[in-house]
Amino acid sequence: MGWALALHGGAGDIPRSLPAELRDRRLATLRRCLDIGTAALRDGRPALDVVELVVRELEDCPYFNAGKGSVLTSDSTVEMEACVMEGATLRCGAVSGLSTVVNAVSLARRVMENTPHIYLAFEGAEAFARNQGLETKDPSHFITEHNIERLRQAKEANRVQIDYTQPMTKKPGMDPPADDNSQIGTVGCVAIDAAGNLATATSTGGLVNKMPGRIGDTPLVGAGTYANAFCAVSATGKGESIIRHTVSRDVAAMMEHRPGMTLHDAAARVVGATPRGDVGLVAVSASGEVCMVYNTTGMFRACATEDGHAEVGIWTDDGHSVSIGL
Amino acid sequence: MARWAIAIHGGAGVDPNLPEASQEEAKRVLARCLQIGVDALRAGSSALDVVEAVVRELETDPFFNSGRGSALTRLGTVEMEASIMDGHGRRCGAVSGISTVKNPVSLARRVMENSPHSYIAFEGAEAFAREQGLETVDNSYFITEDNIGMLKLAKEANTILFDYRIPDTCSALAVADNHKNGMVMNGLPISIYAPETVGCAVVDCNGFCAAATSTGGLMNKMTGRIGDSPLIGSGTYACDVCAVSCTGEGEAIIRSTLARDVAAVMEYKGLPLQEAVDYCVKERLDEGFAGLIAVSKTGEVAYGFNCTGMFRGCATEDGFMEVGIWE
Repeated sequence: MGWALALHGGAGDIPRSLPAELRDRRLATLRRCLDIGTAALRDGRPALDVVELVVRELEDCPYFNAGKGSVLTSDSTVEMEACVMEGATLRCGAVSGLSTVVNAVSLARRVMENTPHIYLAFEGAEAFARNQGLETKDPSHFITEHNIERLRQAKEANRVQIDYTQPMTKKPGMDPPADDNSQIGTVGCVAIDAAGNLATATSTGGLVNKMPGRIGDTPLVGAGTYANAFCAVSATGKGESIIRHTVSRDVAAMMEHRPGMTLHDAAARVVGATPRGDVGLVAVSASGEVCMVYNTTGMFRACATEDGHAEVGIWTDDGHSVSIGL
Repeated sequence: MARWAIAIHGGAGVDPNLPEASQEEAKRVLARCLQIGVDALRAGSSALDVVEAVVRELETDPFFNSGRGSALTRLGTVEMEASIMDGHGRRCGAVSGISTVKNPVSLARRVMENSPHSYIAFEGAEAFAREQGLETVDNSYFITEDNIGMLKLAKEANTILFDYRIPDTCSALAVADNHKNGMVMNGLPISIYAPETVGCAVVDCNGFCAAATSTGGLMNKMTGRIGDSPLIGSGTYACDVCAVSCTGEGEAIIRSTLARDVAAVMEYKGLPLQEAVDYCVKERLDEGFAGLIAVSKTGEVAYGFNCTGMFRGCATEDGFMEVGIWE
């Protein structure tokens, strides 16, 4: 058994017509994050540090829906959320309703380590971030041109757009939006380090055109994010579906209560029991097994293990091995 | 026809020295709320309607920490939260950071039924409540004299218990003293700790399960703190198999996703309800104190807790009815 990690940049109905330029930028980010995580694990960094490090990188990338590049609420604001959890101790931290904190995942970790609580939200969370001296920026820092356009289109279509997903139905007299698919929902990372510690982290800007105050699955321990002694899981997709199916906890519960079940079996069962098109997840087990499954059209994803296996992919048939920096 | 059953709670972690008069008052409130649920179930109401009606009653009564009578934040304000889940279809709704909505549990239900989302918090949730025309009141309505006094005591106790900068022996003695007197819950001596949370779990005569939980949260909590009550799978959970509502140290309940775990143990381990409850209370609550109530689709009721007492009541179709505080 050795170290392993997996990461995702969102699952959903990712159109195969995705322009090459947008596809390649995201694939490049996934590869870079895989390298960063791999290097940190080789250096012997603990899993918790690694998932935080990787998710920070994904948050900073404007092409994924977390941190800079977060999608906008119906009020044109950003409200970011994140969660982090450590398997061995079940320690966890979560935040919601952030509008100025550059790296939501790091604030979640501070909540875990420096407060008696697990979950802080909105003004209280912002005040705590300042109290902890975390980097903050004007809310405009997180807003990209793409997301302003995306919100405009969502409002025109008068509906909440689930992540970037689902091509909008064409209405008479309205051109179909140029779905550049820039609104990938959620980023996440799971890892097991050489010492066998499991950890997970997930971060998101939520849904395009969401109601202000809406909380999704990402910060909810057991829904979007969960780790215990058996495995670490980060889920992505339709938040409401992931919440009601307590997706990440369910994978861990199956591993725990059904001895002999492999990570892949548990994950496949949980994803299979969730409505088609709703969910994807990445997971690693205590035995170093890695798993990336989804019932959506695709999932931006990457993984690597100590024995040299590494892959990056979006759709079912394009997952390809990559070499990771040695 | 299935057999209906109902269980309610008014929080776990009760001061062993709670005055007799308060104990009697608690039992009266529990019995009254339980009876409301029993009457509704006999009249054929759905599990979802019953858990909402019963929790509204518990919220409205100032005795328990939810709605009127909620614990206060560090700033002396009230921030309430609630969630509701319909086991049939596993639909759910949750709210946090509520400061003016008279019955948070009903707002949680509106989120489930009338919004595209499952969980809305703070200003957005308040705005949604107004849009939905729910009854709102001034924040002061929720604040009771008792709780203002409790907040003062909590602040003093926290200073003693948690200010590690004070190297003198007085804090150590205070901690020792508190341990001698019993337990510390959520960092507070049990005599000051106001049991968090009210909740209800029901299976109706059609065999459908539902659960709801509501709370003012933790006395002296940081503003913005979210506990287990609004979190689906932690404080509240319902599916085709059972319905569960938890109470106690929120952080311990979240870490263990306690409510979901009772259902998971039944589903994946095949244990019956009471054994699943006992297993989760024993195996899941690492260092935390908590309790929970549950019903199964076959009409059983169960409860469990690992702390001094839980305000609770339960009733089943075959005539069994119980209201209690201690083991």
